[in-house]
Amino acid sequence: MGRSGPGRIIAIVVALLITAAISALLWLWFYDSAFLGVDAMSTFEPASENAQRVQDIYILIFWLAGAVFVGVLALTLIFSFMYREKPGAEALQLHGNSRLEVLWTFIPVIIVVVMAVPTFDLIVDIEGEAPEDALEVIATGHQWWFEFEIPELGVVTANELHLPVDRPVNITLHSVDVIHSFWVPRLMGKKDMVPGHANEMWFTPTEVGEFRGQCAEFCGLSHANMRFRVFVQSESDFQAWAAAQAADAATSEDEAIVAGAEQFTQSGCIGCHVVRGNPLAAGQVGPDLTHVGSRATIASATLPNTTEDLAAWLRNPPAVKPGSLMPNLNLNEEQIDRLVTYLESLE
Amino acid sequence: MATAVGTAGHVEERSGIWTWLTTVDHKKIAALYGVTGFTFFLIGGIEALMVRTQLAVPEGSVIDADLYNQLFSTHALTMIFLAIMPLGVAFFNYFIPLQIGARDVAFPRLNALSYWVFLAGGVILTGSFFMGGAPDGGWFGYAPLSDRAYSVGSNMDFYVVSLLILGVSSLMGSLNFAVTIINMRAPGMTMMRLPVYMWMTLVVAFLLILSLPVLTVGLIQLYFDRNFGTNFFTPETGGDPILWQHIFWIFGHPEVYVLILPSMGIISEVLPVMSRKPLFGYAAIVFAGAAIGVLGFGVWSHHMFTTGLGTVPQVVFSASTMAIGIPTGIKIFNWLGTMYGGNIRFNTAMYFAVSFIVLFTIGGISGVMHASPPVDTQHQDSYFVVAHLHYVLFGGAIMGIFSGIFYWFPKITGRFLDEAWGKVSFWLIFIGMNMTFFPMHFLGVSGMPRRIYTYESGLGWDTWNLVATIGAYTLAFGVLVFVINFFKTMRQPATAPADPWGGATLEWATTSPPPEHNFDVVPEVRDRDPLWYNRDHNIAPPETPEHLHIHLPPPSYFPLVVAMGVALVGVGLLAHLALAFVGAAVVVYGIWGWALEPTS
Repeated sequence: MGRSGPGRIIAIVVALLITAAISALLWLWFYDSAFLGVDAMSTFEPASENAQRVQDIYILIFWLAGAVFVGVLALTLIFSFMYREKPGAEALQLHGNSRLEVLWTFIPVIIVVVMAVPTFDLIVDIEGEAPEDALEVIATGHQWWFEFEIPELGVVTANELHLPVDRPVNITLHSVDVIHSFWVPRLMGKKDMVPGHANEMWFTPTEVGEFRGQCAEFCGLSHANMRFRVFVQSESDFQAWAAAQAADAATSEDEAIVAGAEQFTQSGCIGCHVVRGNPLAAGQVGPDLTHVGSRATIASATLPNTTEDLAAWLRNPPAVKPGSLMPNLNLNEEQIDRLVTYLESLE
Repeated sequence: MATAVGTAGHVEERSGIWTWLTTVDHKKIAALYGVTGFTFFLIGGIEALMVRTQLAVPEGSVIDADLYNQLFSTHALTMIFLAIMPLGVAFFNYFIPLQIGARDVAFPRLNALSYWVFLAGGVILTGSFFMGGAPDGGWFGYAPLSDRAYSVGSNMDFYVVSLLILGVSSLMGSLNFAVTIINMRAPGMTMMRLPVYMWMTLVVAFLLILSLPVLTVGLIQLYFDRNFGTNFFTPETGGDPILWQHIFWIFGHPEVYVLILPSMGIISEVLPVMSRKPLFGYAAIVFAGAAIGVLGFGVWSHHMFTTGLGTVPQVVFSASTMAIGIPTGIKIFNWLGTMYGGNIRFNTAMYFAVSFIVLFTIGGISGVMHASPPVDTQHQDSYFVVAHLHYVLFGGAIMGIFSGIFYWFPKITGRFLDEAWGKVSFWLIFIGMNMTFFPMHFLGVSGMPRRIYTYESGLGWDTWNLVATIGAYTLAFGVLVFVINFFKTMRQPATAPADPWGGATLEWATTSPPPEHNFDVVPEVRDRDPLWYNRDHNIAPPETPEHLHIHLPPPSYFPLVVAMGVALVGVGLLAHLALAFVGAAVVVYGIWGWALEPTS
């Protein structure tokens, strides 16, 4: 390979082939991660209008960036092959080329302008006020779980938020301790939950389904275990869910459940948890358990809501979620069984 | 006092540990910085390997959440403050006087003090692992997580104290370097004849002089919040946690350029010399570097796009961040222009320099991606950002440092690092780093958050995490090959000629390694590439006069005394305040002795 004649052509062809191979491989892997498979947290499968608009800009910038990468890689390889040292060869003694330098200053300028215009346009839209008919939701970050409240429907729940499809939702974000961040990649980019400083975000879900979320701002020992789910439902399903959640806790004459409720009081659970309809259970520290039995998950969406996992959680909460504010209560198996029965009855 | 007397520039030889403890020679201090910085690089690497081992498979159980949080926090602090910065300072120290034709830096004893204070800060930070726990709130130490209410142990006190001490060291070093470059250039070396590496050094010095005081103020406020019950960052009592973020990133973003600009300078030396042609567009590269430095102070809030800044700040900081892409792009084109038409010698130094261009481009363009705030809301605190920053800091800063090590090793030690071993280490490091960090783009796109010690299977994260971990071990193996190469080479005799590469800048005009006084005769500079100009115009090197009378500063132990005082103040802030006053007294005693010490 060399700087003239067939050698030069071979150098350029080989360099371009390597560039094409590397770019194709990276694109394939990227495509696979972004669009294929069961990526519940994917940032590339938007299920809301605003997330879709974010993705449109993301893809525009992606192609611009990809073109720069391919160009730089190709030139680096071409020059490396063409100009590698040769006996007798002389290096071109040039100090620069003003015309060329001015020209290539404009390449990044143009790229930046192409990015900036739609970006600024979108910022104004999504950072602006939510539409008037938006459903108001209050989300509060705690170390290490999420609390969700829908004031107009009287719903308070934890780690699982239900939303109606095709209706804008405006979420006010709070924190009671450190900074957390609310992120459901498929529904919207993240926004931080800052203590003493309410943030808002809005989007319109366009797809029915279950969406995963996770705290995205490092918030201490169990940051990794601070997860949640969003269930987007048809309007009627959502209304049915909200009505059930707004009601007081189910009561029962069933002996086992009554025994469980007593255990709930005796073990001190009432000191930290609310169970609406049970005047003793009024603690404000932990998640509202009024309808815990209806949830798909427990322990901030780290465990499925099964009898075994509930028991495992009660046996030693900090073993499941390091640093958990709920201590190991040293319950015996009989007490755990009673509590599990009671919690499962709270549908 | 050491007076070099005689025809060969003979200097009275001292040896043993006392020489090293009292040295004020910029080359010896550079060696101390280099060896210490590389040791911390290995420690930071081991921390990273532990992190990657834990993340190799979902629900990993190698280390627990607490240790994991300490490791990822300390990995960042170690690599930034104890590895990349001091390795940069090692090169600054060695080559500022040599490239500008000076005998030493402007303040040799201050230079020694910078090193000893740096060492104290590094030992306190790393020692925290064995004294109750290392910092566990991230290198960014966000309040209120870093306040006493949520961080009961002394972990974050170690963070505050070690960064304060390291800041003192960097500030002294930066002032020293800026004064040296501005005032001590050889005759004829105008600012626009300054080697690009010196320009980048100067920009870095000013970045640190302007940004470190901001961090220092923030750290003192955090220390007061934690220990004396003040309310700067606590929301319950009227403080503002977002204030901390502004303070931290007004320092933190220029800091990114502090880490990358030195390596940009290194490859701007290596590319032209190995291509055997002048740097393409010298003025453009210099102005682009300075522009990056200036703009670097106007972009800090792009680290905070998700904190609820509102519309206008988002637009402004998005625009300024995108604008930084322009000078960066200019630099990349100019480096490519330097290779164009060359007669390129592909040795290990050049391998690392060329790989810098492509790898840094990847880090640069992913950076431009999250200059768009809406896109950033999907990137921020995800593995996409981890990929981005490692392409800048490993693909950029570290690859540049390795290039510099291979390029200047014969000058510093008189020995060539083995090329075959060097290329093996290059390929292992290159493949390993791409295997580790490129898949993190995919993980970020698939929504994996950063700083999580465990993750669930079935989210599309399993394969790439395993690949990244295998890559990390490959990378570590490459570094090991380099370390073996180093020890192997140091056992060879020192036979390197003064100018093995046909270099353009003044350091190649003196012997390898240089004498303590650097140049027998201070060279005269007639061009931007002085040695090439002399070669092309048949100008013979100046003759060494028969009798050299060169005044060099005498060794001094007072820098060490002052540094021990500073260390004691630090320990006092951690253990008992009374000790801090003892430390302050030692500092005063050291400065007193320093001031009255005879210099000739």
